[in-house]
Amino acid sequence: MTAVDRPSITSRVPVWSLVLTMLAVIAVVLAALAAFGGTLLPDRSGPPIEELSVERTTLAPGSIEITVRNAGPDPVQIAQVFVNDTYVDFTGSAKPIGRLGSDTLQLRFPWISGQPYTVSMLTSTGLVIEHTIPAAVATPEPGAGLVGLMALLGTYVGIIPVALGMLVLPLLRRASRGVVRMLLALTVGLLGFLAVDAAIEGLALAERSGVAFGGPLLVLLGAAFAFLILTAIARLLDRYTRSQEAATSGRRLAQMIAIGIGLHNLGEGLAIGSAYAVGALAVGAALVVGFAVHNTTEGLAIVAPLTDQRPPITSLIGLGAVAGAPAILGAVIGAAVDNPALSAVLLGVGVGAITQVITQISPALRDSTGRLLDRTVIGGLATGVAVMYFTGLLVTA
Amino acid sequence: MSSRRGFLAAAGGTMLAAPLLGACTAKDHSEHSPGEVEMSGGHGPMSGGFGATFRSGGRVDHAANGFDPRILIRDFDYGHTSIGADGRRVREWEVIAEDREIEVAPGVRFQAWTFNGRIPGPTLRCTEGDLLRVRFINRSEHPHTMHFHGIHTAAMDGVPMLGRGIISPGEEFTYTFDAEPFGLHLYHCHVGPLAEHIARGMYGTFIVDPKAGRPPADELVLVQHGYNTTFDGQGNQLYAVNGIPFVYMNDPIRVRRGKLVRIYLVNILEYDPINSFHLHGNFFDYYPTGTRLEPTEFTDTVIQGQGQRGICELRFPNPGQFMFHAHKTEFADLGWMGFFDVVEDGVP
Repeated sequence: MTAVDRPSITSRVPVWSLVLTMLAVIAVVLAALAAFGGTLLPDRSGPPIEELSVERTTLAPGSIEITVRNAGPDPVQIAQVFVNDTYVDFTGSAKPIGRLGSDTLQLRFPWISGQPYTVSMLTSTGLVIEHTIPAAVATPEPGAGLVGLMALLGTYVGIIPVALGMLVLPLLRRASRGVVRMLLALTVGLLGFLAVDAAIEGLALAERSGVAFGGPLLVLLGAAFAFLILTAIARLLDRYTRSQEAATSGRRLAQMIAIGIGLHNLGEGLAIGSAYAVGALAVGAALVVGFAVHNTTEGLAIVAPLTDQRPPITSLIGLGAVAGAPAILGAVIGAAVDNPALSAVLLGVGVGAITQVITQISPALRDSTGRLLDRTVIGGLATGVAVMYFTGLLVTA
Repeated sequence: MSSRRGFLAAAGGTMLAAPLLGACTAKDHSEHSPGEVEMSGGHGPMSGGFGATFRSGGRVDHAANGFDPRILIRDFDYGHTSIGADGRRVREWEVIAEDREIEVAPGVRFQAWTFNGRIPGPTLRCTEGDLLRVRFINRSEHPHTMHFHGIHTAAMDGVPMLGRGIISPGEEFTYTFDAEPFGLHLYHCHVGPLAEHIARGMYGTFIVDPKAGRPPADELVLVQHGYNTTFDGQGNQLYAVNGIPFVYMNDPIRVRRGKLVRIYLVNILEYDPINSFHLHGNFFDYYPTGTRLEPTEFTDTVIQGQGQRGICELRFPNPGQFMFHAHKTEFADLGWMGFFDVVEDGVP
């Protein structure tokens, strides 16, 4: 009886007025809490909590510029700064930095290339907040030259290796169903390795960058959003291809793998660009060859689902560009911005993208009887992980 | 007591004028040096290769602190004197322990424990053989004592468990002892944890003049110390003489060419095992602890452990600016450096 009555009572009141009433009640309670609630509670008994995270360090001859963000609950006033136990003249941060606020300090200090420095910020309360520069190197000037260099680097480590990997396609076409399943399993192994590796790197980076924007949470958020968005894209593509013949599902899978690897390469390019910006990247033949071997396997992963079809060369080029070109973009951003929080998010995005791709490939791994983990697949997975591990040893960045 | 304070304030006023004039000369030297503009782009009085400095434009508010290193360098507190029944001179002081927030570097606040509201505490000066009465009043929130270096009875040693022992907040006690031996000594709080009670600022200079006195001179007190602003007991973030780091860089100590200068040099630096004093462009006679009238050394650098002290006597043969700093140079870069500004006799 009540089940019948209830809708008839509520339906007399329009929905919008219910919403308005609810919002008004929430607003009034929040305002009352803000006005009176705090006064009833005691103040914090401890001293102010001062936390700063350094987001960017720029070194130019005779000057060290650091951008800090207040990661703590209380305002922070940087009163003096000493570098390697020497007080230095500086400009910036004349006023206290509020919560999540940021400021840039310009220290006048004759730093010497290659030497380590500890920048100690002495706050108005006497607290010392330290920032370590492992090895001082002049920050590259942003400009066409840097963009060009990063584009070249991105091409070396992203596009060329992926394209090389895709060259195995004609060979794969002659392979049996078993070999293809093994290759797909190998791809999953490769991708799984990349996801774990990038997650570890992202978490370490986020840990270092401080907690202003959530630290390690950034990686997880990036991963979760990338996974959800790519899943939505996959559903859309599904709806589009449902009417087409079954052969296009292989191409769709290749597209998804290319997108996932592309997002991963964005993060990888970012790491390379950042490493270059702080002078930590040993740019040279070892790096380029190492990445080439490492990332060639990514090209293999893209073409693995295409063994039973003949896609036009343009679409193959398109797939390669989607997977490899983001390395260029990442390298440029990494060298120019060098923001650990952004890098952590983008590494997380790569992790989420790869995870999504793995879930896409997995159904294709089943054999004719529907079993997933048979000898072929296990062998492929193990080989994929091992290949990534050993080729990863060649990469110094 | 109040009349003595009034006198000191007046003296302070006149002495303040001289260092300020000195400050102008110092600025002229550093701001207009030709290399400056080329190397640092003309920002600030000093930077980079020119040496350590606080950020330009900032100044410690000495008036708000309640003491001025430019004044206390020549501020000797002789106390209130009278003649006792036995014909001896009796010298009395009142010293008050109080907690105080001090701006120890531009913009940096330090929760200090002080004698008479200043760091270092007052320079108590007497003559060998005087009967001394130090009325110590504890207005701090923490227990304290006054422990003097000198020869006295155990009950007057100012350490916990002996004699009156700890002077609790709100209490007072008068330490009574003879002024001996002559020399340069110090006093400090002796309540545990000892390192923290000293590092918070509870120390001062105690001078016992020999009966016959020393030759007339321009007399200066330099108390070497530091501030562990993080209170972690692991070392100091700031090093100074006479309370404020770098203060004599901006306002050099003005002395006269050819005139005898006597420096009462004391080291009460906590957490670091040694400290040192180095003078540029000159040498000095060194009298360790000031207990002998003959110097032991003619040098330009002395090392002192915590609690060590000695008298330096010198004349500047050349006019101009001469640095002095810890030759433990890390301390120099963290605040323990300054300038003498040597002027001709007759220059105002």
